Amino acid sequence: MDALLFWILAAVTVASAVLVIGQRNPMRSVLLLIVMFMALAGLYVTLGSPFAAVVQIIIYAGAIMVLFLFVVMLLNVPTEETPIGRQARLLGGVGPRRFGALLSAALALELFWALGRLGAIAMPAGDTPETTVKAIGLRLFRDYAFAFEATSVLILVAMVGAVVLARKEPQQ
Amino acid sequence: MTPELIAQLIVIGFTFFMLLNSAAVLVYMERKVAAVIQQRYGPYLVGPKGALQPLADIIKLIFKEELRPKSADAFLFYLAPIISATAAFAAFAVVPWGADTDFSTLAHLLFLDKIFGFTGLAHPIRLAAADVNVGLLVIFSITAMGVYGIVLAGWSSNSKYSLLGALRASAQMISYEISYGLSFAAVIMLAGSLSLATIVDQQAGYWFGFIPKWYIFIQPIGFFIFLTAGVAETNRAPFDFPEAEQELVAGYHTEYSSMSFAMFFLAEYVNMVTVSAVATDLFLGGWHGPFPLPDGFGWVWFLAKIFVLLFFYIWMRWTLPRYRYDQLMEFGWKWLLPAAVLNLLVSAYIALRVGW
Repeated sequence: MDALLFWILAAVTVASAVLVIGQRNPMRSVLLLIVMFMALAGLYVTLGSPFAAVVQIIIYAGAIMVLFLFVVMLLNVPTEETPIGRQARLLGGVGPRRFGALLSAALALELFWALGRLGAIAMPAGDTPETTVKAIGLRLFRDYAFAFEATSVLILVAMVGAVVLARKEPQQ
Repeated sequence: MTPELIAQLIVIGFTFFMLLNSAAVLVYMERKVAAVIQQRYGPYLVGPKGALQPLADIIKLIFKEELRPKSADAFLFYLAPIISATAAFAAFAVVPWGADTDFSTLAHLLFLDKIFGFTGLAHPIRLAAADVNVGLLVIFSITAMGVYGIVLAGWSSNSKYSLLGALRASAQMISYEISYGLSFAAVIMLAGSLSLATIVDQQAGYWFGFIPKWYIFIQPIGFFIFLTAGVAETNRAPFDFPEAEQELVAGYHTEYSSMSFAMFFLAEYVNMVTVSAVATDLFLGGWHGPFPLPDGFGWVWFLAKIFVLLFFYIWMRWTLPRYRYDQLMEFGWKWLLPAAVLNLLVSAYIALRVGW
Protein backbone atom coordinates (compact mmCIF):
# COMPACT_ATOMS: atom_id res chain seq x y z
CA MET A 1 0.00 0.00 0.00
CA ASP A 2 2.74 2.46 0.99
CA ALA A 3 4.85 1.45 -2.00
CA LEU A 4 1.90 1.94 -4.35
CA LEU A 5 1.18 5.39 -2.86
CA PHE A 6 4.83 6.30 -3.20
CA TRP A 7 4.94 5.34 -6.87
CA ILE A 8 1.73 7.18 -7.69
CA LEU A 9 2.82 10.35 -5.88
CA ALA A 10 6.34 10.18 -7.26
CA ALA A 11 5.01 9.75 -10.79
CA VAL A 12 2.69 12.73 -10.39
CA THR A 13 5.53 14.83 -8.96
CA VAL A 14 7.94 14.05 -11.77
CA ALA A 15 5.35 14.25 -14.54
CA SER A 16 3.98 17.62 -13.40
CA ALA A 17 7.48 19.00 -12.82
CA VAL A 18 8.45 18.06 -16.39
CA LEU A 19 5.21 19.54 -17.72
CA VAL A 20 5.88 22.84 -15.89
CA ILE A 21 8.84 23.37 -18.19
CA GLY A 22 7.13 21.81 -21.20
CA GLN A 23 4.11 24.10 -21.07
CA ARG A 24 3.92 27.18 -23.27
CA ASN A 25 1.03 28.65 -21.32
CA PRO A 26 2.42 30.28 -18.13
CA MET A 27 -0.91 29.93 -16.34
CA ARG A 28 -0.87 26.17 -16.84
CA SER A 29 2.76 26.08 -15.72
CA VAL A 30 1.90 27.73 -12.43
CA LEU A 31 -0.99 25.33 -11.86
CA LEU A 32 1.17 22.31 -12.65
CA LEU A 33 3.74 23.58 -10.18
CA ILE A 34 0.99 23.64 -7.54
CA VAL A 35 0.09 20.04 -8.44
CA MET A 36 3.75 19.14 -8.00
CA PHE A 37 3.89 20.74 -4.54
CA MET A 38 0.75 18.87 -3.54
CA ALA A 39 2.18 15.53 -4.64
CA LEU A 40 5.38 16.34 -2.79
CA ALA A 41 3.32 17.06 0.33
CA GLY A 42 1.69 13.65 -0.15
CA LEU A 43 5.15 12.06 -0.21
CA TYR A 44 5.96 13.76 3.10
CA VAL A 45 2.82 12.26 4.60
CA THR A 46 3.80 8.75 3.49
CA LEU A 47 7.21 9.39 5.08
CA GLY A 48 5.44 10.01 8.40
CA SER A 49 5.86 13.77 8.64
CA PRO A 50 2.45 15.43 8.32
CA PHE A 51 3.83 18.70 9.71
CA ALA A 52 6.32 19.09 6.88
CA ALA A 53 3.55 18.22 4.39
CA VAL A 54 1.16 20.84 5.73
CA VAL A 55 3.86 23.51 5.92
CA GLN A 56 4.79 22.67 2.33
CA ILE A 57 1.22 23.31 1.22
CA ILE A 58 0.72 26.47 3.29
CA ILE A 59 3.97 28.15 2.28
CA TYR A 60 4.71 26.93 -1.23
CA ALA A 61 1.37 25.97 -2.72
CA GLY A 62 -0.56 28.53 -0.67
CA ALA A 63 1.47 31.70 -0.28
CA ILE A 64 4.19 31.71 -2.91
CA MET A 65 2.20 30.29 -5.81
CA VAL A 66 -0.63 32.79 -5.28
CA LEU A 67 1.91 35.54 -5.89
CA PHE A 68 3.12 33.78 -9.06
CA LEU A 69 -0.46 33.48 -10.20
CA PHE A 70 -1.03 37.17 -9.52
CA VAL A 71 1.89 38.19 -11.68
CA VAL A 72 0.88 35.88 -14.52
CA MET A 73 -2.72 37.04 -14.34
CA LEU A 74 -1.85 40.73 -14.33
CA LEU A 75 0.67 40.48 -17.15
CA ASN A 76 -1.81 38.29 -19.04
CA VAL A 77 0.70 36.66 -21.39
CA PRO A 78 -1.14 33.99 -23.39
CA THR A 79 1.94 32.04 -24.50
CA GLU A 80 5.64 32.28 -23.91
CA GLU A 81 7.61 33.94 -26.69
CA THR A 82 10.29 31.58 -27.88
CA PRO A 83 13.23 32.58 -30.00
CA ILE A 84 13.50 30.54 -33.18
CA GLY A 85 16.65 29.62 -35.11
CA ARG A 86 20.14 30.31 -33.85
CA GLN A 87 18.84 31.72 -30.57
CA ALA A 88 17.07 28.49 -29.74
CA ARG A 89 20.18 26.31 -29.98
CA LEU A 90 21.42 24.92 -26.70
CA LEU A 91 24.70 26.86 -26.39
CA GLY A 92 23.84 29.61 -28.85
CA GLY A 93 22.53 33.04 -28.02
CA VAL A 94 23.78 35.65 -25.60
CA GLY A 95 26.16 35.27 -22.65
CA PRO A 96 23.60 34.71 -19.82
CA ARG A 97 22.06 31.96 -21.91
CA ARG A 98 25.36 30.16 -22.24
CA PHE A 99 25.98 30.58 -18.53
CA GLY A 100 22.55 29.12 -17.77
CA ALA A 101 23.23 26.14 -20.01
CA LEU A 102 26.53 25.54 -18.25
CA LEU A 103 24.85 25.77 -14.86
CA SER A 104 22.18 23.25 -15.78
CA ALA A 105 24.82 20.91 -17.17
CA ALA A 106 26.69 21.16 -13.85
CA LEU A 107 23.45 20.47 -12.00
CA ALA A 108 22.75 17.41 -14.14
CA LEU A 109 26.26 16.08 -13.46
CA GLU A 110 25.81 16.68 -9.74
CA LEU A 111 22.50 14.86 -9.82
CA PHE A 112 23.99 11.82 -11.56
CA TRP A 113 26.89 11.82 -9.11
CA ALA A 114 24.49 11.93 -6.14
CA LEU A 115 22.29 9.19 -7.59
CA GLY A 116 25.36 7.06 -8.31
CA ARG A 117 26.42 7.24 -4.68
CA LEU A 118 22.99 6.29 -3.43
CA GLY A 119 23.60 2.56 -3.55
CA ALA A 120 26.62 2.80 -1.24
CA ILE A 121 24.86 4.67 1.54
CA ALA A 122 22.87 2.50 3.90
CA MET A 123 19.60 4.03 5.05
CA PRO A 124 19.49 4.40 8.84
CA ALA A 125 17.21 1.61 9.99
CA GLY A 126 15.00 1.68 13.07
CA ASP A 127 15.92 5.29 13.72
CA THR A 128 12.64 7.20 13.82
CA PRO A 129 13.24 10.81 12.82
CA GLU A 130 11.80 13.58 14.95
CA THR A 131 8.80 14.88 13.07
CA THR A 132 6.60 16.37 15.78
CA VAL A 133 6.05 20.10 15.82
CA LYS A 134 7.72 20.32 19.21
CA ALA A 135 10.87 18.49 18.09
CA ILE A 136 11.17 20.60 14.94
CA GLY A 137 10.58 23.80 16.92
CA LEU A 138 13.22 22.92 19.52
CA ARG A 139 15.76 22.12 16.82
CA LEU A 140 14.97 25.27 14.90
CA PHE A 141 15.04 27.70 17.81
CA ARG A 142 17.85 26.11 19.85
CA ASP A 143 20.35 24.34 17.61
CA TYR A 144 19.80 26.40 14.51
CA ALA A 145 18.72 29.67 16.11
CA PHE A 146 21.46 31.70 14.43
CA ALA A 147 20.70 30.40 10.93
CA PHE A 148 17.00 30.99 11.55
CA GLU A 149 17.51 34.58 12.68
CA ALA A 150 19.95 35.29 9.85
CA THR A 151 17.40 34.03 7.31
CA SER A 152 14.72 36.21 8.89
CA VAL A 153 16.93 39.30 8.60
CA LEU A 154 17.71 38.39 4.98
CA ILE A 155 14.01 38.11 4.14
CA LEU A 156 13.29 41.39 5.93
CA VAL A 157 16.01 43.15 3.94
CA ALA A 158 14.61 41.73 0.70
CA MET A 159 11.14 42.93 1.69
CA VAL A 160 12.31 46.46 2.53
CA GLY A 161 14.25 46.51 -0.72
CA ALA A 162 11.18 45.50 -2.71
CA VAL A 163 9.14 48.24 -1.04
CA VAL A 164 11.81 50.85 -1.79
CA LEU A 165 12.03 49.75 -5.43
CA ALA A 166 8.27 49.67 -5.93
CA ARG A 167 7.62 53.01 -4.23
CA LYS A 168 6.74 55.91 -6.47
CA GLU A 169 8.82 59.01 -5.88
CA PRO A 170 6.57 61.86 -4.69
CA GLN A 171 6.03 64.52 -7.36
CA GLN A 172 8.03 67.67 -6.70
CA MET B 1 -14.16 -4.92 8.43
CA THR B 2 -14.06 -4.38 12.16
CA PRO B 3 -17.05 -2.68 13.83
CA GLU B 4 -14.81 0.36 14.48
CA LEU B 5 -14.08 0.72 10.79
CA ILE B 6 -17.76 0.47 9.86
CA ALA B 7 -18.62 3.03 12.55
CA GLN B 8 -15.91 5.38 11.25
CA LEU B 9 -17.26 5.06 7.71
CA ILE B 10 -20.76 5.86 8.97
CA VAL B 11 -19.39 8.91 10.81
CA ILE B 12 -17.64 10.11 7.63
CA GLY B 13 -20.80 9.65 5.55
CA PHE B 14 -22.88 11.38 8.21
CA THR B 15 -20.47 14.35 8.37
CA PHE B 16 -20.63 14.77 4.61
CA PHE B 17 -24.41 14.44 4.54
CA MET B 18 -24.88 17.00 7.31
CA LEU B 19 -22.47 19.44 5.69
CA LEU B 20 -24.28 19.17 2.37
CA ASN B 21 -27.63 19.75 4.04
CA SER B 22 -26.36 22.55 6.23
CA ALA B 23 -25.90 24.60 3.05
CA ALA B 24 -29.57 24.11 2.15
CA VAL B 25 -30.71 24.92 5.68
CA LEU B 26 -28.49 28.01 5.72
CA VAL B 27 -29.94 29.30 2.47
CA TYR B 28 -33.43 29.05 3.95
CA MET B 29 -32.27 30.59 7.21
CA GLU B 30 -30.53 33.43 5.40
CA ARG B 31 -33.64 34.27 3.38
CA LYS B 32 -35.96 34.10 6.37
CA VAL B 33 -33.71 36.13 8.67
CA ALA B 34 -33.15 38.70 5.90
CA ALA B 35 -36.91 38.91 5.43
CA VAL B 36 -37.53 39.49 9.14
CA ILE B 37 -34.82 42.17 9.29
CA GLN B 38 -36.30 43.93 6.24
CA GLN B 39 -39.91 43.45 7.44
CA ARG B 40 -40.91 41.10 4.62
CA TYR B 41 -42.32 37.57 4.61
CA GLY B 42 -39.50 35.81 2.77
CA PRO B 43 -40.17 32.49 1.03
CA TYR B 44 -43.58 31.17 2.07
CA LEU B 45 -45.09 29.31 -0.91
CA VAL B 46 -43.07 26.11 -1.26
CA GLY B 47 -43.77 23.78 1.62
CA PRO B 48 -44.78 24.77 5.17
CA LYS B 49 -43.54 28.33 5.79
CA GLY B 50 -41.49 28.02 2.62
CA ALA B 51 -39.25 25.35 4.15
CA LEU B 52 -38.86 23.48 0.87
CA GLN B 53 -37.60 26.59 -0.93
CA PRO B 54 -33.94 25.42 -0.94
CA LEU B 55 -35.04 22.19 -2.64
CA ALA B 56 -36.87 24.17 -5.31
CA ASP B 57 -33.77 26.34 -5.76
CA ILE B 58 -31.58 23.29 -6.24
CA ILE B 59 -33.93 21.76 -8.80
CA LYS B 60 -34.04 25.08 -10.65
CA LEU B 61 -30.24 25.27 -10.68
CA ILE B 62 -29.85 21.71 -11.96
CA PHE B 63 -32.17 22.30 -14.92
CA LYS B 64 -30.66 25.62 -15.95
CA GLU B 65 -28.52 25.78 -19.04
CA GLU B 66 -24.79 25.57 -18.51
CA LEU B 67 -23.26 28.58 -20.26
CA ARG B 68 -19.64 29.27 -21.03
CA PRO B 69 -18.21 32.46 -22.59
CA LYS B 70 -16.70 31.78 -26.01
CA SER B 71 -13.28 33.16 -25.11
CA ALA B 72 -13.07 31.38 -21.75
CA ASP B 73 -10.41 28.81 -20.98
CA ALA B 74 -12.69 25.75 -21.00
CA PHE B 75 -10.62 23.44 -18.80
CA LEU B 76 -9.90 25.97 -16.07
CA PHE B 77 -13.43 27.37 -16.31
CA TYR B 78 -14.88 24.01 -15.28
CA LEU B 79 -12.04 23.18 -12.88
CA ALA B 80 -12.45 26.33 -10.75
CA PRO B 81 -15.84 25.53 -9.14
CA ILE B 82 -14.64 21.99 -8.46
CA ILE B 83 -11.60 23.31 -6.60
CA SER B 84 -13.79 25.69 -4.59
CA ALA B 85 -16.30 23.04 -3.52
CA THR B 86 -13.66 20.37 -2.84
CA ALA B 87 -11.59 22.71 -0.67
CA ALA B 88 -14.70 23.73 1.28
CA PHE B 89 -15.66 20.14 2.06
CA ALA B 90 -12.11 18.90 2.66
CA ALA B 91 -11.45 21.53 5.31
CA PHE B 92 -14.26 20.19 7.46
CA ALA B 93 -12.78 16.67 7.41
CA VAL B 94 -10.46 17.34 10.33
CA VAL B 95 -13.01 19.19 12.49
CA PRO B 96 -14.16 17.00 15.38
CA TRP B 97 -17.80 17.57 16.34
CA GLY B 98 -18.21 15.41 19.41
CA ALA B 99 -16.29 13.66 22.18
CA ASP B 100 -14.84 10.22 21.47
CA THR B 101 -17.68 7.77 21.83
CA ASP B 102 -18.39 4.03 21.70
CA PHE B 103 -22.08 4.63 20.78
CA SER B 104 -23.38 2.63 23.78
CA THR B 105 -25.85 5.38 24.78
CA LEU B 106 -27.08 5.75 21.22
CA ALA B 107 -27.38 1.97 20.78
CA HIS B 108 -29.47 1.79 23.94
CA LEU B 109 -31.74 4.66 22.91
CA LEU B 110 -32.37 3.30 19.41
CA PHE B 111 -32.97 -0.24 20.77
CA LEU B 112 -30.01 -1.47 18.71
CA ASP B 113 -28.95 -3.58 21.69
CA LYS B 114 -32.34 -5.33 21.74
CA ILE B 115 -32.61 -5.87 17.97
CA PHE B 116 -29.04 -6.48 16.78
CA GLY B 117 -27.31 -7.18 20.07
CA PHE B 118 -25.08 -4.13 19.48
CA THR B 119 -24.14 -2.66 22.85
CA GLY B 120 -21.34 -0.34 21.75
CA LEU B 121 -17.88 -0.49 20.24
CA ALA B 122 -14.91 -2.06 22.00
CA HIS B 123 -12.81 1.07 21.42
CA PRO B 124 -14.33 4.56 21.29
CA ILE B 125 -13.87 6.38 17.98
CA ARG B 126 -13.51 10.06 17.24
CA LEU B 127 -16.50 11.92 15.81
CA ALA B 128 -14.66 13.45 12.87
CA ALA B 129 -14.04 12.38 9.31
CA ALA B 130 -10.28 12.24 9.92
CA ASP B 131 -8.17 12.28 13.05
CA VAL B 132 -5.08 14.35 12.25
CA ASN B 133 -2.68 15.57 14.91
CA VAL B 134 -1.88 18.76 12.96
CA GLY B 135 -5.58 19.38 12.27
CA LEU B 136 -5.49 23.16 12.60
CA LEU B 137 -2.70 23.50 10.08
CA VAL B 138 -4.57 21.23 7.69
CA ILE B 139 -7.59 23.53 7.87
CA PHE B 140 -5.32 26.52 7.31
CA SER B 141 -3.66 24.95 4.28
CA ILE B 142 -6.91 23.82 2.66
CA THR B 143 -8.40 27.29 3.18
CA ALA B 144 -5.36 28.63 1.36
CA MET B 145 -6.12 26.24 -1.51
CA GLY B 146 -9.67 27.55 -1.73
CA VAL B 147 -8.27 30.85 -3.02
CA TYR B 148 -7.28 29.11 -6.25
CA GLY B 149 -10.87 28.23 -7.06
CA ILE B 150 -11.82 31.90 -6.97
CA VAL B 151 -8.71 33.18 -8.75
CA LEU B 152 -9.03 30.63 -11.55
CA ALA B 153 -12.75 31.32 -11.92
CA GLY B 154 -12.03 35.00 -12.36
CA TRP B 155 -9.17 34.54 -14.77
CA SER B 156 -10.58 31.76 -16.93
CA SER B 157 -13.91 33.56 -17.50
CA ASN B 158 -12.07 36.17 -19.58
CA SER B 159 -14.34 38.93 -18.35
CA LYS B 160 -13.31 42.15 -16.66
CA TYR B 161 -15.79 41.88 -13.82
CA SER B 162 -14.70 38.34 -13.04
CA LEU B 163 -11.02 39.25 -13.10
CA LEU B 164 -11.51 42.26 -10.83
CA GLY B 165 -13.58 40.18 -8.44
CA ALA B 166 -10.96 37.44 -8.35
CA LEU B 167 -8.15 39.93 -7.74
CA ARG B 168 -10.08 41.50 -4.91
CA ALA B 169 -10.94 38.12 -3.44
CA SER B 170 -7.39 36.87 -3.43
CA ALA B 171 -5.93 40.12 -2.09
CA GLN B 172 -8.52 40.13 0.67
CA MET B 173 -8.10 36.47 1.56
CA ILE B 174 -4.30 36.72 1.68
CA SER B 175 -4.41 39.85 3.85
CA TYR B 176 -6.83 38.43 6.35
CA GLU B 177 -5.29 34.96 6.40
CA ILE B 178 -2.37 36.31 8.43
CA SER B 179 -4.56 37.74 11.22
CA TYR B 180 -6.64 34.55 11.05
CA GLY B 181 -3.56 32.38 11.58
CA LEU B 182 -2.12 34.57 14.33
CA SER B 183 -5.40 34.58 16.25
CA PHE B 184 -5.45 30.83 16.53
CA ALA B 185 -1.71 30.64 17.14
CA ALA B 186 -2.47 32.15 20.56
CA VAL B 187 -4.92 29.33 21.27
CA ILE B 188 -2.39 26.74 20.09
CA MET B 189 0.07 28.13 22.64
CA LEU B 190 -2.45 27.94 25.45
CA ALA B 191 -3.47 24.39 24.62
CA GLY B 192 -0.02 23.21 23.62
CA SER B 193 -1.41 21.19 20.74
CA LEU B 194 -2.35 21.49 17.08
CA SER B 195 -5.04 18.85 17.34
CA LEU B 196 -8.55 20.29 17.54
CA ALA B 197 -9.79 17.44 19.74
CA THR B 198 -7.03 18.08 22.29
CA ILE B 199 -7.75 21.82 22.25
CA VAL B 200 -11.42 21.13 22.95
CA ASP B 201 -10.59 18.76 25.78
CA GLN B 202 -8.39 21.42 27.38
CA GLN B 203 -11.53 23.52 27.72
CA ALA B 204 -13.44 20.97 29.81
CA GLY B 205 -14.35 21.91 33.37
CA TYR B 206 -15.41 25.10 35.15
CA TRP B 207 -13.90 28.04 37.00
CA PHE B 208 -15.52 28.65 40.41
CA GLY B 209 -17.90 25.82 39.56
CA PHE B 210 -20.00 27.70 37.00
CA ILE B 211 -17.91 29.61 34.42
CA PRO B 212 -16.95 27.11 31.69
CA LYS B 213 -13.22 27.06 30.93
CA TRP B 214 -13.62 28.26 27.36
CA TYR B 215 -10.78 30.07 25.65
CA ILE B 216 -13.10 32.94 24.73
CA PHE B 217 -12.82 34.14 28.33
CA ILE B 218 -9.01 34.18 28.23
CA GLN B 219 -8.76 35.20 24.58
CA PRO B 220 -11.62 37.65 23.91
CA ILE B 221 -9.48 39.71 21.50
CA GLY B 222 -8.35 36.54 19.76
CA PHE B 223 -11.98 35.48 19.31
CA PHE B 224 -12.90 38.87 17.86
CA ILE B 225 -9.98 38.75 15.43
CA PHE B 226 -10.82 35.19 14.43
CA LEU B 227 -14.46 36.03 13.73
CA THR B 228 -13.63 39.18 11.77
CA ALA B 229 -10.94 37.48 9.71
CA GLY B 230 -13.29 34.53 9.26
CA VAL B 231 -15.94 36.78 7.71
CA ALA B 232 -13.33 38.22 5.37
CA GLU B 233 -12.04 34.73 4.52
CA THR B 234 -15.51 33.57 3.55
CA ASN B 235 -16.13 36.77 1.57
CA ARG B 236 -19.32 37.61 3.43
CA ALA B 237 -20.80 41.04 4.01
CA PRO B 238 -19.62 43.53 5.25
CA PHE B 239 -16.49 42.25 3.47
CA ASP B 240 -18.16 40.89 0.31
CA PHE B 241 -16.05 42.84 -2.18
CA PRO B 242 -15.32 39.95 -4.52
CA GLU B 243 -19.00 39.96 -5.48
CA ALA B 244 -19.98 43.54 -4.77
CA GLU B 245 -23.02 43.60 -7.05
CA GLN B 246 -23.19 47.37 -7.49
CA GLU B 247 -19.66 47.48 -8.87
CA LEU B 248 -18.82 44.07 -10.28
CA VAL B 249 -22.16 42.47 -11.32
CA ALA B 250 -21.40 39.28 -9.37
CA GLY B 251 -17.61 39.30 -9.14
CA TYR B 252 -15.67 36.15 -9.84
CA HIS B 253 -18.76 34.05 -10.65
CA THR B 254 -20.35 36.54 -13.05
CA GLU B 255 -20.04 34.18 -16.03
CA TYR B 256 -21.13 31.04 -14.22
CA SER B 257 -24.54 29.46 -14.40
CA SER B 258 -26.37 26.29 -13.45
CA MET B 259 -24.46 23.75 -11.35
CA SER B 260 -21.08 25.48 -11.73
CA PHE B 261 -22.57 28.51 -10.05
CA ALA B 262 -24.20 26.25 -7.46
CA MET B 263 -20.77 24.87 -6.56
CA PHE B 264 -19.50 28.35 -5.65
CA PHE B 265 -22.68 29.00 -3.74
CA LEU B 266 -22.30 25.70 -1.88
CA ALA B 267 -18.63 26.40 -1.16
CA GLU B 268 -19.48 29.77 0.38
CA TYR B 269 -22.00 28.29 2.80
CA VAL B 270 -19.86 25.26 3.66
CA ASN B 271 -16.96 27.63 4.37
CA MET B 272 -19.21 29.55 6.74
CA VAL B 273 -20.05 26.34 8.57
CA THR B 274 -16.36 25.38 8.75
CA VAL B 275 -15.28 28.75 10.15
CA SER B 276 -18.08 28.58 12.74
CA ALA B 277 -17.15 25.00 13.65
CA VAL B 278 -13.48 25.89 14.06
CA ALA B 279 -14.42 28.95 16.15
CA THR B 280 -16.58 26.68 18.30
CA ASP B 281 -13.78 24.18 18.80
CA LEU B 282 -11.12 26.80 19.46
CA PHE B 283 -12.88 29.39 21.56
CA LEU B 284 -16.29 28.15 22.67
CA GLY B 285 -15.36 24.80 24.18
CA GLY B 286 -16.62 22.59 21.35
CA TRP B 287 -18.84 19.92 22.83
CA HIS B 288 -18.37 21.11 26.44
CA GLY B 289 -21.42 23.13 27.43
CA PRO B 290 -22.32 25.39 30.34
CA PHE B 291 -23.79 22.30 32.00
CA PRO B 292 -22.98 18.68 31.11
CA LEU B 293 -25.32 16.59 28.97
CA PRO B 294 -25.61 12.78 29.21
CA ASP B 295 -22.54 10.92 27.93
CA GLY B 296 -22.39 10.83 24.13
CA PHE B 297 -24.57 13.91 23.57
CA GLY B 298 -21.91 16.62 23.58
CA TRP B 299 -22.52 17.19 19.87
CA VAL B 300 -25.83 18.86 20.79
CA TRP B 301 -23.83 21.70 22.37
CA PHE B 302 -21.60 21.77 19.34
CA LEU B 303 -24.56 22.14 16.98
CA ALA B 304 -26.15 24.81 19.17
CA LYS B 305 -22.97 26.91 19.23
CA ILE B 306 -22.49 26.61 15.47
CA PHE B 307 -26.09 27.68 14.98
CA VAL B 308 -25.59 30.79 17.12
CA LEU B 309 -22.43 31.74 15.22
CA LEU B 310 -24.11 31.21 11.85
CA PHE B 311 -27.06 33.31 12.93
CA PHE B 312 -24.59 36.02 13.94
CA TYR B 313 -23.05 35.87 10.46
CA ILE B 314 -26.39 36.27 8.73
CA TRP B 315 -27.49 38.96 11.14
CA MET B 316 -24.31 40.91 10.42
CA ARG B 317 -24.73 40.56 6.67
CA TRP B 318 -28.14 42.15 6.67
CA THR B 319 -27.31 44.82 9.24
CA LEU B 320 -23.96 46.27 8.23
CA PRO B 321 -23.30 48.07 4.95
CA ARG B 322 -20.28 47.14 2.85
CA TYR B 323 -16.96 48.81 3.61
CA ARG B 324 -14.95 50.65 1.00
CA TYR B 325 -12.16 48.55 -0.50
CA ASP B 326 -9.28 50.72 0.74
CA GLN B 327 -10.88 50.81 4.19
CA LEU B 328 -10.96 47.02 4.19
CA MET B 329 -7.26 46.79 3.37
CA GLU B 330 -6.41 49.49 5.89
CA PHE B 331 -8.41 47.76 8.59
CA GLY B 332 -6.81 44.39 7.84
CA TRP B 333 -3.21 45.53 7.74
CA LYS B 334 -3.15 48.53 10.10
CA TRP B 335 -5.56 47.42 12.82
CA LEU B 336 -6.33 43.72 12.77
CA LEU B 337 -2.79 42.48 12.11
CA PRO B 338 -1.07 44.60 14.82
CA ALA B 339 -3.83 43.64 17.24
CA ALA B 340 -3.29 39.96 16.43
CA VAL B 341 0.49 40.22 16.86
CA LEU B 342 0.08 42.08 20.14
CA ASN B 343 -2.45 39.54 21.36
CA LEU B 344 -0.05 36.71 20.47
CA LEU B 345 2.90 38.35 22.27
CA VAL B 346 0.93 39.16 25.41
CA SER B 347 -0.54 35.66 25.61
CA ALA B 348 2.90 34.13 24.99
CA TYR B 349 4.36 36.19 27.83
CA ILE B 350 1.57 35.30 30.22
CA ALA B 351 1.62 31.63 29.23
CA LEU B 352 5.38 31.49 29.79
CA ARG B 353 5.71 33.57 32.98
CA VAL B 354 2.45 33.13 34.80
CA GLY B 355 0.73 30.08 33.34
CA TRP B 356 -2.99 29.70 33.33
